[in-house]
Amino acid sequence: MDDTILEMRRITKTFPGVTALEDVTLAVRRGEIHAICGENGAGKSTLMKVLSGVHPSGSYDGEILFDGKPMQFRGIRDSEANGIVIIHQELALVPYLSIAENIFLGNERRGRSGLIDWNLANAEAAKLLASVGLHENPVTPVIQLGVGKQQLVEIAKALSKKVRLLILDEPTAALNDIDSAHLLDLLRALRDQGITCIMISHKLNEITAIADSTTVIRDGRAVETLDMKSDEVTQQRIIRGMVGRDLDSFYPDRESSPGEEVLRIEDWTVRHPVQDRLVVEGVGLSVRAGEVVGIAGLMGAGRTELAMSVFGRSYGRDISGRLFVRGREVHARSVAEAIDNGIAYVTEDRKRYGLNLIDDVRRNVSAAALDRLSRLGWVNGNEEIKVAESSRREMNIRTTSVMAVVGKLSGGNQQKVVLSKWLFTDPDVLILDEPTRGIDVGAKYEIYTIINRLVAAGKAVIVISSELPELLGMCDRIYTLAAGRITGEVPVAEATQESLMELMTKDKELVG
Amino acid sequence: MTSIKTPSTERPTPPDSTPAAALHSGTSDLRALVLNNLRQSGIYVALVVIVGLFAILTDGVLLSPGNITNIVLQYSYILVLAIGMVILIIGGHIDLSVGSVVALTGAVSAVLVIQQGHPWWIGVLAALAVGVAVGAWHGFWVAYAGIPAFIVTLAGMLLFRGLTLRVLDNISLSPFPAEYQRVAAGFLNGLLGGNGFDAFTLLIGAVAVAGYAVSGFRTRVARIRYQQPVESFPLFVARVVAVGAVIMYFAWQLAHARGLPIVLIILAVLVLVYGLLTRRTVFGRQVYAIGGNLSAAALSGVKVRTVNFWMFVNMGFLAAVAGVIYSSRSNGAQPAAGNMFELDAIAAAFIGGAAVTGGVGTVVGAMVGGLIMAVMSNGMQLMGIDQSTQSVVKGLVLLVAVAFDVYNKRRAGSAR
Repeated sequence: MDDTILEMRRITKTFPGVTALEDVTLAVRRGEIHAICGENGAGKSTLMKVLSGVHPSGSYDGEILFDGKPMQFRGIRDSEANGIVIIHQELALVPYLSIAENIFLGNERRGRSGLIDWNLANAEAAKLLASVGLHENPVTPVIQLGVGKQQLVEIAKALSKKVRLLILDEPTAALNDIDSAHLLDLLRALRDQGITCIMISHKLNEITAIADSTTVIRDGRAVETLDMKSDEVTQQRIIRGMVGRDLDSFYPDRESSPGEEVLRIEDWTVRHPVQDRLVVEGVGLSVRAGEVVGIAGLMGAGRTELAMSVFGRSYGRDISGRLFVRGREVHARSVAEAIDNGIAYVTEDRKRYGLNLIDDVRRNVSAAALDRLSRLGWVNGNEEIKVAESSRREMNIRTTSVMAVVGKLSGGNQQKVVLSKWLFTDPDVLILDEPTRGIDVGAKYEIYTIINRLVAAGKAVIVISSELPELLGMCDRIYTLAAGRITGEVPVAEATQESLMELMTKDKELVG
Repeated sequence: MTSIKTPSTERPTPPDSTPAAALHSGTSDLRALVLNNLRQSGIYVALVVIVGLFAILTDGVLLSPGNITNIVLQYSYILVLAIGMVILIIGGHIDLSVGSVVALTGAVSAVLVIQQGHPWWIGVLAALAVGVAVGAWHGFWVAYAGIPAFIVTLAGMLLFRGLTLRVLDNISLSPFPAEYQRVAAGFLNGLLGGNGFDAFTLLIGAVAVAGYAVSGFRTRVARIRYQQPVESFPLFVARVVAVGAVIMYFAWQLAHARGLPIVLIILAVLVLVYGLLTRRTVFGRQVYAIGGNLSAAALSGVKVRTVNFWMFVNMGFLAAVAGVIYSSRSNGAQPAAGNMFELDAIAAAFIGGAAVTGGVGTVVGAMVGGLIMAVMSNGMQLMGIDQSTQSVVKGLVLLVAVAFDVYNKRRAGSAR
């Protein structure tokens, strides 16, 4: 039977200042695996949040038809009552509860007395675990399981809710190859049992291997839906849909004249801080003075982890490899040592890792280099204000005063404060992690201009970005990172969005 | 987004570093000044209201020379503890053990001086050494072992109370020799004579006012040199005159009682030193940075563990100072000394505007918070209100103060 189980019609969802989804229409056939792909920030997750009621009915325009009936979900309980279950990329299991307790959390199996009947719950859990191919005792605490098995517990939990439409957000992002293959097999088995599945994924090889149809989302619009069986759909075909837009003349021009090498890392390997897997594996790269080098990679490729481990080992464990600054090997074991060696790292998450939001502009600007403003431990407050004022002028930070609390500034201005802070440490090399995330177009242009000015002054800059046009517009050279390994190094003149995306989705074992 | 004129077109006027400029520039926007410091000015207003209220309710006894002296003597050790406590709270920690540490340091001092007959200063130094060691113990577990301060100091509260009982063999020791008693019960009186009052106390008061005025003026000149906004000159003068009048009033009252209490000098020096330490040193900045956003501070190169460790060492030192003052005032050491002091110190810090989540608070605020508690307790005692009602009132004041803080923060958060 080839009928439609879900129809989302003309969905438009706006956040203050941003249109996340515009007129998106999506139709999913009963009993198929429907893949959704698009670049980071294209609107995939927002669409799924609308579907699952995380964004409740009324907060968006458009309508949802499930089994032909219009639905108005006010919350995730509503959608689950109708058999729509979403499994997020960040698993939502309680680590210290057992498998059975997690499966029936909020949906407890009660006996006649009204108390929870654990024998019944454990027995049912065992059946569910068998159906997802997980051979574990239901009383085992979830924390003792690996990520792959936890993922299976999530699916068992979904099955316990009589799921009819299962939504998986990047299910294999954190899994190794064996677990991924196992999960894909399980999804096929579920499909054969009649469970419809929507899967968001960046891994195009998985999509071509498993999906029955694929919808491509770009810039908040559904661009096309491909029938994976009838069409001649290749990974290149999907990539074209994902990036199909022109590089606008949005990036300020820059004379490129790289000088001597400033930073080089060799054979850099980093282990995940708690899990037993390598997040970065054998990475080597270099950047020269007056050069902007890009690092492209999909979510989970290890970009931020690479940058933070280089920045005074602030991420991961068992870090091995060699780090050279201006040809001299350095052992930066703490952030302070990294700063002393002229390395600065501008975080991708400025609110959590970049700023003291309750403090003012002045003290945030000076926070990483207070020793430059102090003698014998005493801070020269007036000199500090002068520094903050000059940053405000040079960076064009729009605030009434440098005494204004940073938390009240706009995203773009906050980002300029973070940049000011790191520039005041007078670094040789700046690692900018998603420097334009969450800021408006005008502020983006200003950030690009600032980067160009830094490069013109002889700094070396590494830009990590999910936006390929940004990398193509800003960089001299681009490295691609996939699953913790460098999969390519491309001079910008030879790079296209398609070629980069192909390198970024290259997954050594599964391709082939 | 805050939109103002583009700063790039706005060139600063050439620096004018003459003190004369300090007389003429500045804003007289009193409302903006008050609003900018609502959190701080709120507690000053509260203190003034509470003092006024109890002055009326007690028919002026509250502000009588003898009673003002009494308040200073009675609550000085809480204020000393509150200095260390507010620094810990700014850094995102807490110390529940300070009451026990007050008892332990007092006990060690009493054993050395009373039982073994050592001179008074040996007792003081030993107490301070014990306090620093206790602080280092806490600091080690919090900073290097990563145990939350709440747990570490809860354990310390039991641990050091137990050690106090051990050291004292479960009995009280007294009395201290006269030199030791002078620390907290002593007065500087009659050094310069005076007819019916102590001229020396007035002189010290005058020096304090002059110091306040001069340092205020110098700050003002420096700020103008760096083109920072300052209050208008008449407003500046008004502020100095008001503060000066309050200081001189208290000096006058003290001069007509028993003179200048030595503990007041100790307290004033501590407030001055720690006020500067928190506002003007790299260490102080790092405490605020850690409390405000731990991850951001760590990623800015702040050595979080070292700073945390020294915060606790400092708390131990101040707890020992409080222990010496308390043992001196009570003229002996008791096994149950210092019970619940930690709660008064914590309450003082929170009433004084420190935030439960860390990153916010000032030493001066904690002092004002402590004074609010002190004036309320003292006023209610004078009125003959029983202990149970006092406890209820103090509890409600603490709750309202923190609720005000949370409300303020939520409002600030939603304005983003």
